[in-house]
Amino acid sequence: MGFFVEVLFGGFLAGVLYALVALGFVLIFKASGVFNFAQGAMVLFAALSLVRLMEWMPIPVALLVSVAIMIVFALVVERLVLRPLVNQEGIILFMATIGVSYFLDGFGQTVWGSEVYTLDLGLPKEPVIILESLFEGGVLVNKFDLVAAVIAGVLVTVLAIFFQKTRIGRALRAVADDHQAAQSVGIPLRDIWVIVWSTSGIVALVAGIVWGSALGVQFSISLVALKALPVLILGGFTSVPGAIIGGLIIGAGEKLAEVYIGPTFGGGIENWFAYMLALLFLLVRPQGLFGERIIERV
Amino acid sequence: MTSAGGRRIGDVLLKVEDISLSFGGVRALTGVSFDIRAHEIRAIIGPNGAGKSSMLNVINGFYHPQQGKIIFKDIARTDIGPYDAASRGIARTFQNIALFRGMSTLDNIMTGRLLKMKENLFWQALYWGRAKKEEMEHRAVVERIIDFLEIQSIRKVPVGRLPYGLQKRVELGRALAMEPELLLLDEPMAGMNVEEKEDMCRFILDVNDEFGTTIALIEHDMGVVMDISDRVVVLDYGKKIADGTPDEVRGNQAVIDAYLGVKH
Amino acid sequence: MLYREAGQFKTTYGDDQAIFPIRQDRLGMALILLIAYVALPLFATDYFITSIMIPFLIYALAAIGLNLLTGYCGQVSLGTGGFMAVGAYAAYNFTIRMPELNLIVVFILAGGCAAMVGVVFGIPSLRIKGFYLAVATLAAQFFLDWAFARIKWFTNYTPSGSVAAPPLDIFGFAINTPDRRYFLILAIVTVMALAAKNLVRGRVGRSWMAIRDMDIAAEIIGIRPLRAKLSAFAVSSFYAGVAGALWAFLHLGAWEPLAFDINRSFILLFMVIIGGLGSILGCFLGAAFILMVPLALNQIPTALGIPLSTAMISHAEFMIFGAMIVFFLIVEPHGLARLWALGKEKLRLWPFPH
Repeated sequence: MGFFVEVLFGGFLAGVLYALVALGFVLIFKASGVFNFAQGAMVLFAALSLVRLMEWMPIPVALLVSVAIMIVFALVVERLVLRPLVNQEGIILFMATIGVSYFLDGFGQTVWGSEVYTLDLGLPKEPVIILESLFEGGVLVNKFDLVAAVIAGVLVTVLAIFFQKTRIGRALRAVADDHQAAQSVGIPLRDIWVIVWSTSGIVALVAGIVWGSALGVQFSISLVALKALPVLILGGFTSVPGAIIGGLIIGAGEKLAEVYIGPTFGGGIENWFAYMLALLFLLVRPQGLFGERIIERV
Repeated sequence: MTSAGGRRIGDVLLKVEDISLSFGGVRALTGVSFDIRAHEIRAIIGPNGAGKSSMLNVINGFYHPQQGKIIFKDIARTDIGPYDAASRGIARTFQNIALFRGMSTLDNIMTGRLLKMKENLFWQALYWGRAKKEEMEHRAVVERIIDFLEIQSIRKVPVGRLPYGLQKRVELGRALAMEPELLLLDEPMAGMNVEEKEDMCRFILDVNDEFGTTIALIEHDMGVVMDISDRVVVLDYGKKIADGTPDEVRGNQAVIDAYLGVKH
Repeated sequence: MLYREAGQFKTTYGDDQAIFPIRQDRLGMALILLIAYVALPLFATDYFITSIMIPFLIYALAAIGLNLLTGYCGQVSLGTGGFMAVGAYAAYNFTIRMPELNLIVVFILAGGCAAMVGVVFGIPSLRIKGFYLAVATLAAQFFLDWAFARIKWFTNYTPSGSVAAPPLDIFGFAINTPDRRYFLILAIVTVMALAAKNLVRGRVGRSWMAIRDMDIAAEIIGIRPLRAKLSAFAVSSFYAGVAGALWAFLHLGAWEPLAFDINRSFILLFMVIIGGLGSILGCFLGAAFILMVPLALNQIPTALGIPLSTAMISHAEFMIFGAMIVFFLIVEPHGLARLWALGKEKLRLWPFPH
């Protein structure tokens, strides 16, 4: 039982990481209807920026500069990609973000280098044993994972408040519903896009910090971020809590599957398990756990 | 094209009985019944939101009514999809043009022949023998429709580039290419100028006259409706409030109230 | 003045619907085929044949497959690499388990296997669209990557997981020199490109395009979305499967699952976007373009005296591909093929402006 819970916990904490990436996707999708394939590349780029800047300047300054870089990135994307493609079909925008993703991967590595960099912000990393009272021997977890979970929780709360309670949040939701209608009531589409891409960039930076501290900052982050896609399908593309819960389910599901049924198949099934789970789920409930149902009309 | 020919109004072709349709809590249609006779032009009119388009969507299988029966060619059907409706001879056009924007006029109208084309993948990949012969036969039919609608000059133009009025005409062409027994037209003249409307009226009358196609149409231009239709059914708030010849409907008090807005 | 169609009258619908209705285009095509079939084998170096022409042709074939699905039927797929892998491993297993099979039969069977797998992964397309479907095809990609790496039967229990094609021959004619491999590929690609063109200008192609442009209207005129989409998946995967088998047998010779990873899928998608969604010609242009970028990055800086490091080249490649994708989606969503068509339009009038 202790082992099961340990695997489950490990899965949940991996899930938090997925959820952090998925959160960036949801933000952009909610506010602009763009399925941003470049979110993973943004995580890598933000983390690379931070880790290389830290070699030159104190950590807080490096953080601020990284945030600034992500805002500049948002401005550039709005000007060069989104603005010319306004009112295009979603699938065209999706393919454009694949282009952005490739560009950003190449650009980041050209500017910042392509080694593996250790990111140390002084987050605690030592393993601790928790829940000793519940299970014999307790459950071994890494303190760092707990920190990550807290960071994710705070981020989600802030974003939820931002979306539901502020004027900008309302404007964002209006834009998400219908570009043209939002424009016609005087919502400045471009500003909204810059804001939402910047926010997503900052979320990417946070995700990058957490990922980078755990695994080192390296190219593979960009690929691991693809795992956020099944999370989105499970949670629904428009739901912030969905991203978190989807992340947890996927994280736990794939770890449990790997440990308990993986060996029968020769191992390594966590590479596709999440996708298959999401796929089966799509067939049953295409809008995800928390997504809104879309009704088609003629 | 089948040339049933002439304007001999025949037996009942389609009969809707007691149709009720709702979306969530919103009732779109309540207990609507009427019939359409073979070879006639039947208009469905009513104020905005009366359920006219929903009625067409029910007839061609896009919406499934919660209650009621649709009897087409003496066969009652309850829960069929648009594909089945199409294959049994029901074609339609849309209020907001639903053409295939990436394709040319010719290709759009050719899609109307798809149901009648049978050659398999293999022969089509060869584009030889039977497949080519079939393609040519259908092309000839489509060319007749193009001639009929006077759109020869835009044959190869992508429909996305055409003006609105011509797009409507191409859409009619696509529906005609299906050689339907029942043709549903959803506001065929909306947004047209007088000249375009006259052309469209002529096409509708010619289709009905020359090919004997039964037509059910929704239209807001009362002048047109009264001129070309044989019988008119009037809907208001999802209910049938009148049914009869144009003259009968014109004098009906409920209809006048519905259009002028009397308190219910 | 040379590119004029005045005076060329079409007297049958067949003439009007020919692939090249204009005489100059027919001559141009004949010239290209002449170069491909005669001039290149005679004059080109082995390096040019094996490192440029062979990958170019196979990429173009796979791109045609993807374009049928994405450009014509509107279903975005990120799993083409996976379907190519199915073709490659199916061909491998057919040749080692049934050595008496003719190579052409093997390729057809390989395509058939890929088609079946494609249909299975295409089933979700009935309920989901757009990027939802793209994610579903990613599932195919990752699952297939895994299957060929971990299920040992597929690799005939070779310890390293890497497999090699056996010696190949067709009707007793050994396929062992670059020229012979090139001819075999060229013949297959010619036939399959022609078949693809035939499909898209007939009934099936129109039903795919109708689904792409407006699926609801398509259903109302009597197209069954199920059939149209699954047939697109099947045909597309068939092409990808044959391309995969050719890639493995005639280009690589020996390979491991990584040869068909997700990057392959992306590169193919880029070829289709840059070449032109919904154009068979575009697949060739796109493949040529994508292959030329790394070559140019290798050659041009070296010629200028500032050679780039390997890592630098690969990063620059990423940046150029990414930028080109965005550029084409904004400026010309129909890609190089459309630019070519516009150029011809201009040429028709040249030297007069109108």
